[in-house]
Amino acid sequence: MQLSREDLLKAYRRMVMIREFEEAVHEEFSAGSIPGFVHLYAGEEASGVGVCMHLNDNDYIASTHRGHGHCLAKDCDEHAMMLEIFGKKDGLCGGKGGSMHIADLSKGMMGANGIVGGGPPLICGAALTAKTLKNGGVAVAFVGDGASNQGTVFESYNLAKVWNLPAIFVVEDNGYAEATSSKYSVAGSQVNRGKAFDIPAVEVDGSDFFAVWEAAREAVERARNGGGPSLIHSRVLRYYGHFEGDAMTYRPADEVANYRANKDPLMLFRRRVTEAGLLEGSALDEIDRSVKDRIAQCVVQAKSAPEPTEADLLTDVYISY
Amino acid sequence: MAKKSYRQAISEALTQEMERDPTIVIMGEDIAGGAGGDGEHDAWGGPLGVTKGLYTKFGPDRVLDTPITESGFIGAAVGAAASGLRPVAELMFVDFMGVCFDQIFNQAAKFKYMFGGKAKTPVVIRTMYGAGFRAASQHSQCLYNMFTHIPGLKVALPSNPYEAKGLLIQAIRDDDPVIFFEHKAMYDMEGEVPDETYAIPFGQANVTREGDDATIIAFGRMVNFANTVADKLSKDGISCTVVDPRTTSPLDTETILETAAETGRVVVVDEAHPRCNMATDISALICQEAFDKLKAPIKMVTAPHAPVPFSAALEDLYIPSMDKIEAAVRSVTGKSH
Repeated sequence: MQLSREDLLKAYRRMVMIREFEEAVHEEFSAGSIPGFVHLYAGEEASGVGVCMHLNDNDYIASTHRGHGHCLAKDCDEHAMMLEIFGKKDGLCGGKGGSMHIADLSKGMMGANGIVGGGPPLICGAALTAKTLKNGGVAVAFVGDGASNQGTVFESYNLAKVWNLPAIFVVEDNGYAEATSSKYSVAGSQVNRGKAFDIPAVEVDGSDFFAVWEAAREAVERARNGGGPSLIHSRVLRYYGHFEGDAMTYRPADEVANYRANKDPLMLFRRRVTEAGLLEGSALDEIDRSVKDRIAQCVVQAKSAPEPTEADLLTDVYISY
Repeated sequence: MAKKSYRQAISEALTQEMERDPTIVIMGEDIAGGAGGDGEHDAWGGPLGVTKGLYTKFGPDRVLDTPITESGFIGAAVGAAASGLRPVAELMFVDFMGVCFDQIFNQAAKFKYMFGGKAKTPVVIRTMYGAGFRAASQHSQCLYNMFTHIPGLKVALPSNPYEAKGLLIQAIRDDDPVIFFEHKAMYDMEGEVPDETYAIPFGQANVTREGDDATIIAFGRMVNFANTVADKLSKDGISCTVVDPRTTSPLDTETILETAAETGRVVVVDEAHPRCNMATDISALICQEAFDKLKAPIKMVTAPHAPVPFSAALEDLYIPSMDKIEAAVRSVTGKSH
């Protein structure tokens, strides 16, 4: 299977959307316009998009603290997302979730998660739904290298294998669990952890869209064909801190600058498709421009959008009471 | 009407609902009677004996044995509920909430609110609670108060077989997460249970006795203790109202306040520890809303602030007894022996 021109444009657009979205959130958070905690996905775009290009609205994903990118990769609406992150009434979750709980079940996005390792059991459930209803769906749990040490993750590997679920675990290893290096905190290797459960597991360069896309293609195909769970260890690069405001004293001073100059996933994608003559630079430039404008517009609108009111405080606690 | 046990009533509710709705799946440890072994399948009915026969009737796709990984499978039940199934998960002992609580209170309970009203999580977690089995500190607790504290969760405490069937059917049909508490000392209790399906609405208390002298508000197994005490005291000329709230969340505050005001003398019976439990909660409610109707201080009959002991001699002292309930009623009414 090959990526069509249309697919390539879509993938690039989604990656640029994530980058511009996160750069805008970074700027607005620094300026004090965004409340709470935000955790940015900038630098990791190829990982989420490479996986989600294989998914449709019928497939579920569960995300992490760092959820904006997964939302956008799963086609959630960027305008409603920006409003949500600003805490506005018309945000994707009515301003009640915010950055750490951003979700849209109609798009199969089961939420960013404020609990490290909270998502994988839920994804076993979504995969069980797909298997029970025989609707051909698959479910993907994104976990960070920090979450990869949580018991819930191992329980989910086991359950997914025991029940032969159409589940995919994508360990996005950006090298740091908050501030602690994964070289220190992770015993063994992610791939061997998968193999211990007889789950097919591969390691990919998560900055390389095509590598992720190919690994995810195999995993999704296996899941859709009843072949059970897979694990992808995606090595990614985090451009900002664990949270916005993190001084990143634990990282070498030039680490991020090196990544941006030499390993940037958008740059790698552009180089690959233009050198291979798959897309012309002008088409990519046009996406850069239109996405930048779109995000700028989202920020302006989010700033002036109405706040939720007291009438919203107690709604949505129960379906019925 | 046929007499059935609490266990049969629960099993019947599961069976009839699973026949009605193919999206209901059940999961839990050993509920298929031991999957994967070479012995007889489905002969045991799981540790609670409730699910016997369901594996044979509904097959392995709808009756799922789980590994002993409560976070994993309770979380899977929650995720399945959020994506289109109606799972009923069995958490063998509520004491095991310690190894899966995140999936219940941070995930299931909050989806609807956090996601702006656009999620529904129709999961039921059936769980066994309560002392009296010499099961000691980690298999005997009454932790319904901890779930009641969390907005987004509903909590049901059936006090007899009729209540068990009707409340479980409601729990399964409910679109919110429900924690369904089955007292381990009640599985063999018999009572009249209709063969047909019926749902008992949540948040509507059942007044099991009506009287003029005192109001006893009790939960789960304690409702039966309160009924027995009320019957005994009526022979001594003390007539009691007994209220079974049925669910602690939602809580029928209206019936509680009305019946408390009618007699002005209140005893609240709760098998849980005494701090931050239903007894303290209801006492506070009555003090706040009906203080002027009270003729005597409210009495609370609860377990002590100690883990559940193993020794029979100690456990019998631990559980709120009918003697203690009787003494409390006599105290608030001023009518001692």
